[in-house]
Amino acid sequence: MNNQNRSFFFNVDFFTILLFLSLMAIGWFNINAAVFNEDQTLINLDSNSGKQLIFIVIAIVVGAVILLLDSKFFYLFSPIFYGITILLLIAVLVVGRNVGGNQAWIPIGSFRLQPSEFAKWATSLLLARHLSVMNTKLSDFKTLIPAVAILGLPVFLIILQPDAGSALVFTSLIFVLYREGLSPYYLIAGLIMVILFIFTLLFTKIYVIVGLLLVLGLLIYNFKRNRKLIMVFVTGFILSLLFIFSVDFVYKNILKPHQKVRIDLILGIVKDPKGAGYNVDQSKIAIGSGGLLGKGYLQGTQTKFNFVPEQSTDFIFCTVGEEWGFVGSFVVIAIYLMLLLRILHLAERQRSSFSRVYGYAVACIVFCHFFVNIAMTIGLMPVIGIPLPFISYGGSSLISFTILLFILLKLDSNRMGII
Amino acid sequence: MNSFFKRRYIIQGIFILVTIILLGRLFYIQVIDDRYKLSADNNVLRKLIIYPARGIILDRHGKVLVQNEPVYDLMVIPGQVKALDTLEFCGLLGITKKDFDRSFKKAKNYSLYRASLFQKQLSARTYAGFQEKLFDFPGFYVQNRSVRYYPDSTAAQFLGYIGEVNDKEIEKYDGFYNRGDYIGKTGIEKSYEELLRGQRGVRNIMVDVHNREQGSFFDGIYDTVAVSGDRLISSLDKELQLFGESLMVNKIGSVVAIEPATGEILASISSPGYDPNLMVGRQRGNNYMRFLNDPYKPMFIRPIQAEYPPGSIFKVINALVAQQMQLITANTYYNCPGGYRYGRRGFMGCTHVHGTINLEQSIEESCNTYYGYTYSRMIDHAGMRPVNAYKRWRESVAKFGIGTALGVDLPAERNGLLPTPEYYTKVFKNDKWTSSFNISLSIGQGELGITPLQMANVMAIVANRGFYYKPHLVKAIGEKKIIKKEYTEKNYAGIDRKYFDPVIEGMSRVVNAPNGTAYFSKIMDIEICGKTGTVQNPHGADHSVFVAFAPRDNPKIAIAVVVENAGYGATWSAPIASLMIEKYLKDSISRPKYYTERLVNANLLPGQKKPVTKISAKKDSTTAAKPERKAVLPISTPKLKVKENE
Repeated sequence: MNNQNRSFFFNVDFFTILLFLSLMAIGWFNINAAVFNEDQTLINLDSNSGKQLIFIVIAIVVGAVILLLDSKFFYLFSPIFYGITILLLIAVLVVGRNVGGNQAWIPIGSFRLQPSEFAKWATSLLLARHLSVMNTKLSDFKTLIPAVAILGLPVFLIILQPDAGSALVFTSLIFVLYREGLSPYYLIAGLIMVILFIFTLLFTKIYVIVGLLLVLGLLIYNFKRNRKLIMVFVTGFILSLLFIFSVDFVYKNILKPHQKVRIDLILGIVKDPKGAGYNVDQSKIAIGSGGLLGKGYLQGTQTKFNFVPEQSTDFIFCTVGEEWGFVGSFVVIAIYLMLLLRILHLAERQRSSFSRVYGYAVACIVFCHFFVNIAMTIGLMPVIGIPLPFISYGGSSLISFTILLFILLKLDSNRMGII
Repeated sequence: MNSFFKRRYIIQGIFILVTIILLGRLFYIQVIDDRYKLSADNNVLRKLIIYPARGIILDRHGKVLVQNEPVYDLMVIPGQVKALDTLEFCGLLGITKKDFDRSFKKAKNYSLYRASLFQKQLSARTYAGFQEKLFDFPGFYVQNRSVRYYPDSTAAQFLGYIGEVNDKEIEKYDGFYNRGDYIGKTGIEKSYEELLRGQRGVRNIMVDVHNREQGSFFDGIYDTVAVSGDRLISSLDKELQLFGESLMVNKIGSVVAIEPATGEILASISSPGYDPNLMVGRQRGNNYMRFLNDPYKPMFIRPIQAEYPPGSIFKVINALVAQQMQLITANTYYNCPGGYRYGRRGFMGCTHVHGTINLEQSIEESCNTYYGYTYSRMIDHAGMRPVNAYKRWRESVAKFGIGTALGVDLPAERNGLLPTPEYYTKVFKNDKWTSSFNISLSIGQGELGITPLQMANVMAIVANRGFYYKPHLVKAIGEKKIIKKEYTEKNYAGIDRKYFDPVIEGMSRVVNAPNGTAYFSKIMDIEICGKTGTVQNPHGADHSVFVAFAPRDNPKIAIAVVVENAGYGATWSAPIASLMIEKYLKDSISRPKYYTERLVNANLLPGQKKPVTKISAKKDSTTAAKPERKAVLPISTPKLKVKENE
């Protein structure tokens, strides 16, 4: 501990690395199950599981290289990473390949680069650098506006692709801002917006407005002595009204038809098990049929016979649920929770606020992927195509998550030093 | 660390809360809710039903009466059907777009996920063409089935036919059958359905999302094999049956031949009949409607469903019953002045003035007067009130198998009619009636209804001198050649053996004595014992009836022939019976060809020109005007062309 250089590897948090490796191993076995075919030998480099093996090796090498770099490197180069990412995000709109309606990939040889994956850690780094400057106060607009701009620029470019899922991930960074001093009212306002959005879609506007009026009346009655609070409530009410009327507009004019249908499905407004609801329905069937103990490795009929779409990537959790049952699902979710809590723990033990902010960003991004992906496969969220960290098939996603995590590990291993 | 340090707990709390929500939801759908397991099975599992071969039916000598032929049923699972080229599809099957829409809608209404029959019984050629393109039409598949084939097109009404189950049958058999399955609808096919159908097998296979087969479910441990239906050996003699059918072409009526020693039905002809092969295949529905609307009713199974007053053949029963009651003996003489007077002014005419005759002669010459006296003794002079005497008489007659169904192994057998004393009391308004009130029963007319099968069975009783086995069409079931127990039990008619002798002597003379009513039907070296009958028919010309058994000693065959609207029994029915007997006993016909041809070619359908008959000179029937009926070409067995007789 005293001699940083000699004790370098002892400072790396091996518990996190263990969790990281186990998630990748779980991922590989389940990808193998998803593409399993009896005629095939166990390891075939042309199949998804074979390719994923290569990605895992690359990820480990990338992780090792990051650990060998100097910690200051990330602080110093964060604006450059950010700049390059923004350029790539612009480039992808011009030269990118359109896959499934999203212009999100830049083809390089036989691989496809997905700039939005790299934007996650580049943005996190720059945000961390911005917030670690002395005397920042998020209650102060001088700090808040640049922070929002740092987040807003990549989100804006990603929405142009359009990749709503990746854009959504960036909104999770609001927790980072909250941790660093953003007023909790923003969180509450966000929560109220989500609730109002759902209610407005489920019921007619009149009922929602009447409901809001009732709530307003109760609040005013309770706090009738406090003029200031009453003003806040009335303002909130007016803003809510504006939001309610904008929901319709957003829903009808900004959302794409398939996004509307996905939201309608999750809210139970429409039922369409053969068409738009097919994916979620089959996904739920696969997971639900796993039962308590699962059908056994390579025995999942729903995933093996292709009833579940995208089963190696976004719907990889179906294989887990079907073949390993509730016990397997529980284990996977428990590993994620451990990883998330561990990352928060790592973040909080940093002396530099740069490292801490970055740590929180990592936790938020992993959490957002983890929650949205699994919630989608079990029908708690509309279908949003984002991968399950470290488990889903795909090189860009695996390597960018590895970079994201290992930068934190590097910063953590150096937490006693000064950046 | 900074001043907002405590907010970490809020964030940790949110992470943990969300995780718990995910786990709760997973626990619900994986452990609590069973729905998803069922859906998963529906996705992957397909139960293929393997249909067993239906049991075949052989005649008594092992010749095939009914066998199976492969056909191909096109099945559809509507939920799996993708957009398809309807035009090409219809072209391959040779159907119209309208047919397609109708069939598809029907299947969809039944179930989106379960297979239903789309087009039945594709021919081998259609199937071959369609099979190559089958992969273009997901959701459709072809199931092998077999249909019935009747190599000789014989005994249609008795073998019966199979058809798709209806809702009532599905309910009755409690889910054994699915829509589109076949079931015996009539005849042996129906009465032996449980044996003929065999056991269906099930193969559980797994399919992928494109409905391609992916192997057996659990290596086939839940699969069952199909077991073929039992083979039935019918009592019918195919040659005799075919010969009888050829004789009955263009006639309405029945021939029933029974082996007296066993009750096995050797031949059973219901005319007009139809080609059973017409009740198979895609044209079945049309043919069925055609038969249903045919004025000569080919679907009517006359031997077990047509009820006639038996006419003079009933004298045999009265002669036996009266002897058993010890009211007459073989040597009882009555004088026939040409009729029987009864009541105040009643008179029952007789064909001749027979003079004083005994029992044997009364049978031989079919004297009405003799039986007027005999019946009167049984009812009016039996030492009890006539109404009770009638009751006793009726019980004795019923023991001959009259008035109740015999229990043949065919569905829809009729009881016939043997009126109760209460019936006459009701009509007479009190119970003081005497034999005068229903004297026509003495000669088999009046309120009597007897099926041809019952007539033949009476002959079996006489041939056996007092007992019968229930007539039946199936003599052995399956490999072990089981026979139903009820067909191995003797039924006694309650007449002592000795009383048969004079009656049989009389019956022998009917055929063998020169003045017997059926002398024309005598065969040189077979002693046939028979009795003619002419049944008065209020709707048209009289029915010609003849019953017989042969040979006299150790009889091998008992037979009843009814030809409707054909006049005297001796004219048509007796020669037919005689030919049938000779065919069965000798396997060849000794009489000249014209003798057979006259019968084969005769067209006795109502509304046809009466054929010239060589032997009817004896007593010509009252050829009154026939009821006007449209002459429709009857359905005949295909081997014999319909010929008009001038």
